[in-house]
Amino acid sequence: MFTAFLIKYAEIGVKGKNRYLFEDALVQQIKYALKRCEGEFKIRKTQGRIYVDAVSEFDFDETVENLKTVFGIVGICPVVYVEDEGFEHLCKTVVKYVKDLYGEQKKTFKVVARRARKNYPLDSMEINREVGGVILDECPNMSVDVHTPDIELNIEIREKIYIYSEIIPGPGGMPVGTNGKAMLLLSGGIDSPVAGYMISKRGVKIDAVYFHAPPYTSERAKQKVIDLAKLVSRFSGPIYLHVINFTDIQLAIYEKCPHEELTIIMRRYMMRIAETIAKETECLGLITGESIGQVASQTMHSLAATNEVCTIPVYRPLIGMDKQEIVEISEKINTYETSILPFEDCCTIFVAKHPVTKPNLEYIRRHEKNLSDVIDDLVKTALDTKETIIVHQE
Amino acid sequence: MEVYLDNSATTRCFDDVAAYMTQVMCADYGNPSSLHTKGVQAEKYVRQARETIAKNLKVNEKEILFTSGGTESDNLALIGTAFANMRAGKHLITTAIEHPAILQTMQYLEQQGFRVTYLPVDRYGRISLEELDRAITHDTILVSIMHTNNEIGALEPIAEAGALIKQRNPNIVFHVDAVQGYGKFRIYPKRMGIDLLSVSGHKIHGPKGIGFLYVDEKVKIRPIIFGGGQQKGMRSGTENVPGIAGLGRAVELVYSHLEEDTERLYRLKERLINGVTQIPDVTINGYTGRESAPHVISVSIRGVRSEVLLHALEDRGIYVSAGSACSSNKPAVSATLRAIGTEKELLDSTIRFSLSVFTTEEEIDYTIRCLYDIIPMLRKYTRY
Repeated sequence: MFTAFLIKYAEIGVKGKNRYLFEDALVQQIKYALKRCEGEFKIRKTQGRIYVDAVSEFDFDETVENLKTVFGIVGICPVVYVEDEGFEHLCKTVVKYVKDLYGEQKKTFKVVARRARKNYPLDSMEINREVGGVILDECPNMSVDVHTPDIELNIEIREKIYIYSEIIPGPGGMPVGTNGKAMLLLSGGIDSPVAGYMISKRGVKIDAVYFHAPPYTSERAKQKVIDLAKLVSRFSGPIYLHVINFTDIQLAIYEKCPHEELTIIMRRYMMRIAETIAKETECLGLITGESIGQVASQTMHSLAATNEVCTIPVYRPLIGMDKQEIVEISEKINTYETSILPFEDCCTIFVAKHPVTKPNLEYIRRHEKNLSDVIDDLVKTALDTKETIIVHQE
Repeated sequence: MEVYLDNSATTRCFDDVAAYMTQVMCADYGNPSSLHTKGVQAEKYVRQARETIAKNLKVNEKEILFTSGGTESDNLALIGTAFANMRAGKHLITTAIEHPAILQTMQYLEQQGFRVTYLPVDRYGRISLEELDRAITHDTILVSIMHTNNEIGALEPIAEAGALIKQRNPNIVFHVDAVQGYGKFRIYPKRMGIDLLSVSGHKIHGPKGIGFLYVDEKVKIRPIIFGGGQQKGMRSGTENVPGIAGLGRAVELVYSHLEEDTERLYRLKERLINGVTQIPDVTINGYTGRESAPHVISVSIRGVRSEVLLHALEDRGIYVSAGSACSSNKPAVSATLRAIGTEKELLDSTIRFSLSVFTTEEEIDYTIRCLYDIIPMLRKYTRY
């Protein structure tokens, strides 16, 4: 029955003179998401509203699912279009709409008419009254409540007449592409895809870097990270995934530094490498999935130690979240099942029995000096041999 | 150099088998149930394969049921006989080291109200006949014991167990999972007291997706798949004609010089064992000589994580498996290794080499050389 969607957006409505930039980005992102759907669509931007009109047969559920991946959308309203064939015809259509959608359910409602086309014979107050009366007559289980109705039945009189009442919640946030780009440190775990999702939700484009340690980590572990990036890209748009071969650096650290500090020193090199790529690719910050105290390398002391090597901001959107809260988001964005596949990643292969939880920055710096004769070359090789995969959801 | 030493997971299909199957798929593609010539032609392939297999086991052709492979054969054997014989009793016996196709099916049957006894094994993975004797009760209806263990190559005393079971109660059904043993040994069900025997095609250089269950004609069994009534209603679904034809051909080829091949495999196994045990702190799980399977070698290497070693070997073109690859992807701790009392430290440090007729001496020597290189290197980076 529905042939269009009215897209509601909130936050970008208040952006003053930049508003058109945000709206254009939103339209772009909607187009990108709809490419994945069967059917053809036209997107119209009129008077502070965005409409998605289906111009061919389409799959309702699939379309809604994909619109739900577009940041910036707060609500998706399925709309019925009616040709203006007189008021009586309109009343009949509205009654049919209510019966089709709500059947015999006991509900309260109010009619909210908007008359954009001022030559329509009735004004909005009259439409509210008349249509409401017809519904009361025809649908005995419906009653009026003008303050907190279950159903807000919208009737907009334009060239055609639009009827809608349902609002499907969207993901919120801001359209991707309105807020620069950042580099996500993507492992195979639960947290980092969620971190990417959350920053992307604020309109930030995302690239990612993955540290691969063959033969200690397998081809399957890498494929898992690609799969995760693909799931995040449903929301964030295409992701450039940089795969860094980290084995030699890791082995050098293992050989030359105290094992308790292994993870911290390794993470410091990961940050350095990620920052180098970030700068080359115009990323304005790094994103990690760290959360205070989750593991030894994420205590306040450890975070300070890893953070110290960065010169650009590091965004940690999960910093105050509990594991369960993170898991809930990962389930919502569909990354959880992939994240828990049991392949070794480079953080789990080399672990000390008792990693430091309060690393001393002085010691760490001193021990990193043990690497000084080899590390520059190793880092350079790692950067030179990086593989870049463009990941996107077809 | 590519060295494939994961033949217990699956084997390379014989070229001849693949060519034969192509012919079935592209030229003689009929449905054996069709009345026309195309159907008759296809049926011939099925009949021929059945004949080959029946002869090989010295059983009646009617007693061979084609299935989709080892797992389905095991499921049909256990579920089919348990439900058909439940009025005689609800007690089943198996071993602690069976393949998940048996263990998981047994768990399902437990949920359905059956009682299951899991026989323990000694440190070589062998059950004891005394334990089996003790486990049999008045309401035991089914005993299922594997012929060859997939993880450590232990051989179970099948003929002795068969004799014991039949002596205690001839009505008890004896099932043998021979997925790893068939194609390495000559197995004659009628002489060994075996009523049901599971076999898989792709472990003997045949195609995947095909296997059979030998069902002694006296055994009461119910189907678990329903439909068009093919294979006398015991296994509905259009016969996988190319698979069946390929399986028949593979059986023919594998058994045409079985003794020579087995002898050669034992020599290769010995060579590999002699090589790897030169490395300190390396142990072989289970028996090492003729009292074990000729193609499976389970090696525990202290201080090396199996997944890491697996990928390091892969880097040199050598393919092995960590623990039991058949139950794959999840690094779940192996039931077999635990049952033979493997030290906790070594559970995650065990890899399995499994050989086939394609394995050569050079490949074994190359593998040994690579292990000499890799193991000390990996030990440097662990808590060893």
